[in-house]
Order: sequence, then structure tokens, then C-alpha cells
Amino acid sequence: MSTATPIVKGRHGRSRASRRLWSVLGFLVTVVTTFLGLLAITFFIGRVVPIDPALAIVGDRAPAHVVERVREELGLNLPLWQQFFIYLKQALTGDFGTSVLTTHPVMEDIKRVFPATVELATVGTIIGAMFGVPLGVLAAVKRGSLIDQLVRLIGLIGYSVPIFWLGLLSLVFFYAKLQWVAFPGRIDIVYEYTFTPVTGFFLIDAIMQGEWEIFWDVFRHIILPASLLGYVSLAYISRMTRSFMLNELSQEYVIAARAKGLSEARIIWFHALRNAAVPLITVIALSYASLLEGSVLTETIFSWPGLGLYITNSLQNADMNAVLGGTIIIGAVFIGINVLSDILYRLLDPRTSR
Amino acid sequence: MSGTVNSSPSLREWLLSDRPASRRQARLGRAYVIWRRFSENRLALAGLLIILGLIVVAVFAGQLAPHDPTQGDLRYARLLPPGAEGYILGTDDQGRDILSRLIYGSRLTLMVIILVAIIAAPIGLLVGTVAGYAGGWVDAVLMRITDIFLAFPKLVLALALVAALGPGIENAILAIAITSWPPYARIARAETMTFRNSDFIHAVKLMGASPIRIVTLHVMPLCTSSLVVRVTLDMAGIILIAAGLGFLGLGAQPPLPEWGAMIASGRRFILDQWWVAGMPGFAILVVSLGFNLLGDGLRDALDPKEAGQ
Amino acid sequence: MTLLTVDNLKVTFPTRTGRVEAVRGVSFTLGKERLGIVGESGSGKSQTGRAIMGLTPSQAEITADTLQFSGLDLLKISPRERRTLRGKRVAMILQDPKYSLNPVMTIGRQIVETLKTHEALSMKEARQRALAMLEAVQIRDPERVFDLYPHEVSGGMGQRAMIAMMLVCGPELLIADEPTSALDVTVQLDVLKILDKLVAERGMGLIFISHDLRLVSSFCDRVLVMYAGKVVEELPSADLRNAKHPYTKGLLNCLPTIGSDRHPLPVLERQAEWRL
Repeated sequence: MSTATPIVKGRHGRSRASRRLWSVLGFLVTVVTTFLGLLAITFFIGRVVPIDPALAIVGDRAPAHVVERVREELGLNLPLWQQFFIYLKQALTGDFGTSVLTTHPVMEDIKRVFPATVELATVGTIIGAMFGVPLGVLAAVKRGSLIDQLVRLIGLIGYSVPIFWLGLLSLVFFYAKLQWVAFPGRIDIVYEYTFTPVTGFFLIDAIMQGEWEIFWDVFRHIILPASLLGYVSLAYISRMTRSFMLNELSQEYVIAARAKGLSEARIIWFHALRNAAVPLITVIALSYASLLEGSVLTETIFSWPGLGLYITNSLQNADMNAVLGGTIIIGAVFIGINVLSDILYRLLDPRTSR
Repeated sequence: MSGTVNSSPSLREWLLSDRPASRRQARLGRAYVIWRRFSENRLALAGLLIILGLIVVAVFAGQLAPHDPTQGDLRYARLLPPGAEGYILGTDDQGRDILSRLIYGSRLTLMVIILVAIIAAPIGLLVGTVAGYAGGWVDAVLMRITDIFLAFPKLVLALALVAALGPGIENAILAIAITSWPPYARIARAETMTFRNSDFIHAVKLMGASPIRIVTLHVMPLCTSSLVVRVTLDMAGIILIAAGLGFLGLGAQPPLPEWGAMIASGRRFILDQWWVAGMPGFAILVVSLGFNLLGDGLRDALDPKEAGQ
Repeated sequence: MTLLTVDNLKVTFPTRTGRVEAVRGVSFTLGKERLGIVGESGSGKSQTGRAIMGLTPSQAEITADTLQFSGLDLLKISPRERRTLRGKRVAMILQDPKYSLNPVMTIGRQIVETLKTHEALSMKEARQRALAMLEAVQIRDPERVFDLYPHEVSGGMGQRAMIAMMLVCGPELLIADEPTSALDVTVQLDVLKILDKLVAERGMGLIFISHDLRLVSSFCDRVLVMYAGKVVEELPSADLRNAKHPYTKGLLNCLPTIGSDRHPLPVLERQAEWRL
């Protein structure tokens, strides 16, 4: 008994600061192991699954001495764990090998194409949240009404539609028939050589340089693919918003706010939504991450020169270095966004921030 | 209902009895209650009908399809619009009847989702129940691995896997299954944790049951209902990923009438012959909508607490 | 002077299995006094309070021969006018501050919000008034509490903040719906004392809703006993011992008295004809 007491005390008496330190450490360990796991899986896919990665690179008609040289260069004759170690070291320094297709280092390629994807996914998420959150709130407030049913239907279709098909149809309609939008690519060929991007985000670059004509052109290029991605995230965001809002609107503090004489609008859009916003941030972050993924198919349809198109082009040419490099980057961004949403959650909810 | 004096209770009363006399009656009664809740939901019924329709079409494809799905009439029937004589949904660039291809394609769709479910659900169930029941470092390691797979975007991981394995429908199925199991493991673990320390597990333990027996015979069956709902809800996503792989040329290879691949081959004609790519996409939409409606309905019926949320 | 007149108030909820009458013809008048409403859960006491506040869920139907608050016909005036009454002239305190305060707003902001809704004043004035109000509910360090979030204060402190938030505009009528039931016994008395003092000082009418007959009778001037949506008995607190209705007697019998024999434990009787 007497020996047990100090231990118990030590556990519970641990100061707030050190408990916080431990939780931060645990969090870091999680992030790091997840990232290492990501690399392990891509290593496995790249080196173990194919029967002979060297053949995969040079093609099966290459002469035997070429294959052997590539095997030597790749270190394929070393034991597996040594190969993984080398792979790890290279990946952590941003070296994903050279792309067969472009003959550039994969990292260089990715740096060039990634901003296009980020810009597309960002505009898509903005569209999705801009319409998804209000629709979800309306559906929750008017639960069971026609609006609610309509929002549900819009969401269900968004969950069920093949995005590349919807993209093709929307091209037929908005580009070919109505000629409202531009296609393909990010920017008209006329501007391609006069316009020098600084940040890589064309919308921002055009504004910074005061090139309104170019801004309009870039906008006409991005609006359709971004709306498409936005629709997919709207389906998710509106559904989650509805469910969070239903939960908040049934809370006692809503009755108290009514008893104070606040208007319904203030109760819904300020009190309840502010509380729903805490979990909503996570939802929006997750949907942003999934748009990076959705961009793989969308970019193919719209010839959008981003990471998705880079990956699919490499796939078609069996360019494994490029495919795996792209996969690692998307996976890493996924992890990063999860970390970010976790931090945002803590900042937004006073119950966890102090 | 009828005027006859009948001492034996009606089937409905028997099913809804508070005091079931046998295990079978209790089970049937519970199923009946769930069915009643489920069938109140019209959209869920519509979803069920769509899925039943898909199964019927897949089974009787040979009888239902008016034309051969792979051999077209290249001379007289290329790119006919919907409504053309003998071709309700039109034909593609090789003169093949799109309706017949869709009908045969339903077999591929069904095959993909069934195989993915058969591979992924048991893996998830096993990992989740073992982690939940064993606890400690086994749990920590298994869940870390699960989280690593969850950190990957599904489609991108499937793409990379197929790229390594080589294109083809079998490899696509394998890749999708490998990306699908982690959520099932999480659910199974959560369920297992809720009754790991319950009295009936202790009782079984006292009777000398081995951990393997407890997990397989007592824990796993209890996890299945929530797993079934989750798998049903995931079906739509699986269909969409399979179609996406097919569209990128990594799934089913021509001349197989896989819906995603059909969209890809119709892409060239999209501006003038929209139906070649349009029809298969519509089929994908309807079927995955069906699974979403069914899954929603099942969840509400099995868990009335969350109904309508 | 009559503050509130309630005559034949009915609140009906439509449900899947038919209409449920939560309140079935309640009548009473209230001046600047303390009225207690007692009853078991489901007796309609809370719905009576909510109907007066105008906080009944929208699907419910409210009828009354009279529902008058200081000359205003509450059933005739527009929802907008009704809203301006709430918080300004009639206010309500809810049961549990853990749930009835908005968790993501500081206590100070929530009090200021009531003020800013009903009065045009600057942020600085509003802050001063809120701090003064916090002091009035005997919070020792109002400046500090002003910036705290609800989860950072104790239950008793939270309920005082709730009272401050509801009384800051100086309402004439206060409805307290089980204001102390969620609190620790030791804190209950503190909060009641504060409430008692404020009601007396500011000359408010009070409707005190509770399931606790002893608490109500010690705190209020008059007691309404409700059962199944109806008032079964109305009497001054002092005359509680002369209660005639068997349900009231039953409630009184449930209270233990020190020194008496508690065997067998009395069971509260409910008879079908009381519902009529």
C-alpha cells in the first residue's frame, strides 16, 4: 500500500505542462511513423511487387547487359533491408529518381506541376464549402422540408456520380454547346509565353501583376474543373454540416439564446454554426485532401497540367519512379492536412485549447 | 382481421412477441422489426430494387441482351444514336449494341464489388477483432498499420498498386481490396472494445475457451451487422474507383464491356456521339446511387438512434 | 397589480400516434410574487413555462382563452414583438449551465449579447453593465470571470452567470425552470439565496418550476400542483399541510421527517380519475 501511493501520485500529479508535452510527443511519433509507413508501402510497391523493377524501367526488350547495369545502379542486388535504407535516405532528401518520360528528376517535375493541382483543389474546396455549408445549415433548419430532401438528393448524387463522366458531359455542355468556359489547360496559348508565373498559382499571379485580361482567361479555364471538384466536396460538406447542425440545434444553449430574445438568424448562423464549425473544420480539411485525390481523374479530363495528369501520364508509360514520387507527395500532403486540421480543431475549440 | 375465431396468433403477432419461445423466433422477430423500419423508407426500398435489378440483369445477361456484347456490326451499325432500330441505347464505334454491353458489364461490376467485399471485409474483421480483443502492443501495432493505410488516398494507392502489378481486372480488384480494409478494421475494433470486458465473454473464458475460439465464435459474429452496413455504404465508392481505374485503362481490358472502360473508349466521340460515353456513366451513377440509398436505409434501420441525421 | 394572466392554456403536440396534450387547460394569475409550479416529470410544468416564454417547438399548437402579460395579448402579437419581450421583459433560467451556456463564447460576451440585443449602447457601457451584473450575482472577481469560457467555471458559478445573463436587462417576469436541480446540494442554497435577493430587490414576478415540493414551498408564496397537464391544486405555501388533493398529499408524504418511522416507504399513488 505504502509503496503504491507515490506511483499513483506521480501519475496523476503530473503537471499540466508535462502532460501537454507528452501528448505533443505522442502526436509527433504518430506523424513520423505514419510517414515512414507511407514510404515503406511505396517501397514495397516499387521494389517488391514487380517481378523485376529493372525490367520495368528499361522494358523487356533491352539487352541483358543494360538490364544488369540498371540492376546494379538501383542496388537491386543488395539485401532488401539495405535497399529500403537507401530508398529511405533518398526519399527523405527529396530524391525520387529520374522520370523516364520527362528525363528530369521526379522531384523537379513535381515542383513544377504541383501548384496547378493545389490551385485547382483550393478553388474546388472554396466552392464546395461556400455552397455546402449554407445548404447543410438550411437542410438542418428546415428538416424534413422540400429543401432538406433536395439537399439530400444533391448530396447523394454527388456521392454516386463518376466524376470523370460528369466532367465529360459538362465539357460537352458548357464548352462545346454554350461556349461559356475555356478548354483545355490552365491558360490560353496566347498568354502562355507572355505570362511569367511567380507563385505558380495563376489566379494570384495575374492579380499581383494586374493582368485582368489574363485573370479572366485563367478563371474561365479553372471554373469548370473546380466546380466539378467543388460539387463532390459539396456533397460531403453539406451532409456533415446538416448532421452537426441538427445536433447543435437540439442543445439547451439554443433555447437559452432564444430566451435571451436573439433572432433565429443569429441563433442559427452565429451560435449554432460557430459550435458546428469546430468539427466542420476537420470535414473541410478532409474534403480538401480528397480533392487532391479527385484531381487525378479530373485533370485527365480537362488536360489540367497538375500532379494528377503527371501521375496518369506516367502510369500510361510505366514510369514507376514518377508514379511513386507522386504517390508519396500526395500521401505526405494527406498526412500534413490531417495534422493541420487537428491543430485547427484545438485552436477553435476553447475546451481543448486551454 | 378476419372474423374467424382463431386461437393461434397471426404470423405478425408471433414475430412481434415480447417473449419469443425459441432462438429462431427471436431472430426472425428482430429481422422483421428491422425490415419494417427499413421498408418505411421509400428511398431505401428504391435502392434495394436497383440492386436486385442489377443482380437479376447480371444473372440473366445471356437471355436479356439483344446483341453480342463484343462482336459488333461494323458495316451497318457504327455509332447509331439511341432509339435506332434494334439498338435502344445506340451503338459504339465498333457497331456494338451499347445496351448489350451494359447488360454484360453488370456482371463485371457485380464481380468487382463481391470479390472486393470477400477479400477486404474478412481482413478488416480479423485485424480489428484481434487488435480489440488482444489489446496492448498487438493492438498498438495493428492499429498503427491500419492508420498508415488510412493515411493514403484510396484511389492513388490503388493506382500505384495496379501500376506495379500490371493492368487487368484481377489486379484492379486486388488493389481496391488492399485499400478498402482499414475502415473495417477500425469498426471491428471499436465494436470489440465495447464488449471485451462484458460478462458473457468472461463466462466463456471461465469455461476454458481459447482466445482463438472466443474471437472467431463469439466476437466476430457480433461485429458483422455494423460491418455489413459499412461495406454496403462503401460499395458505391468501390464501384467508382473500379470505374476510374477502368477509365484510365488500368482495370478491365478491351473488349470486356466494363463501364469505366466504355466511357474511356467513348471519350473520343463525346462531342458528336455523346451516348457512347454517356450511357455507361449513367449506369454507374444509377448502381452506385442504389448502393448509397440501400446503405443509408440499412444504417437507419439497424441504428434508429441516428436515423435522419 | 396583475403581471400575467393565464386562462385555460393548452399545448398540444402532434405525434405519429396522434395528438398528445402536454398542457390541458392551465389557469392562474401572477402579480409581483413568487409562484411555484410543482409536478413530476411529464406533468406539463416545463411546457407551461415555455408557452409563456413563447419557446414552444413550432410544430406544437398553443391555445388559451387568455394569455396576457402586462396588458399584452401574447397570442395576438407578432413573433417579432414576442421576441423583443424575451430577455428584455420576461426571462428564463434553465436547468444545467453545462448545457445552457454556449460553450464557445466567453461568459462576458454572452451577457453583453443580451444587452446589445435589447439596448443601444456602446461596447464599453455594455461591458460595465455586464461586470456590475456579475457582481450582483456575487461573483467575486468579475473581470476574470468575464473572459472565461463556460467549461472553465464550476456549476454554481455557471448558474450565476446564467442568472446574470438573463437578468441583465432587468426583466419584470422570471421563469426559473429547475434552476438548482443540476447543482450540488451545497451550492443549491447559495444560488437560491442570490435568486431570492435579486427577485426581492428588483420587484420581479417569479415562476419557479420544480419537482421538489419542499424547496418550492419554502421559496415561494403560492404553489400550483400539476399532474398530467392539469392544475390539481393551488394553495398558499403556508397552507400546504391542509392540501386536499390526494396527489399533493402523496407528494408531501414522500418527504421524510426526522424521527418518524419510514416503514413501509410510502409510494406515490396515481389514479386514473385525476387525469380527467
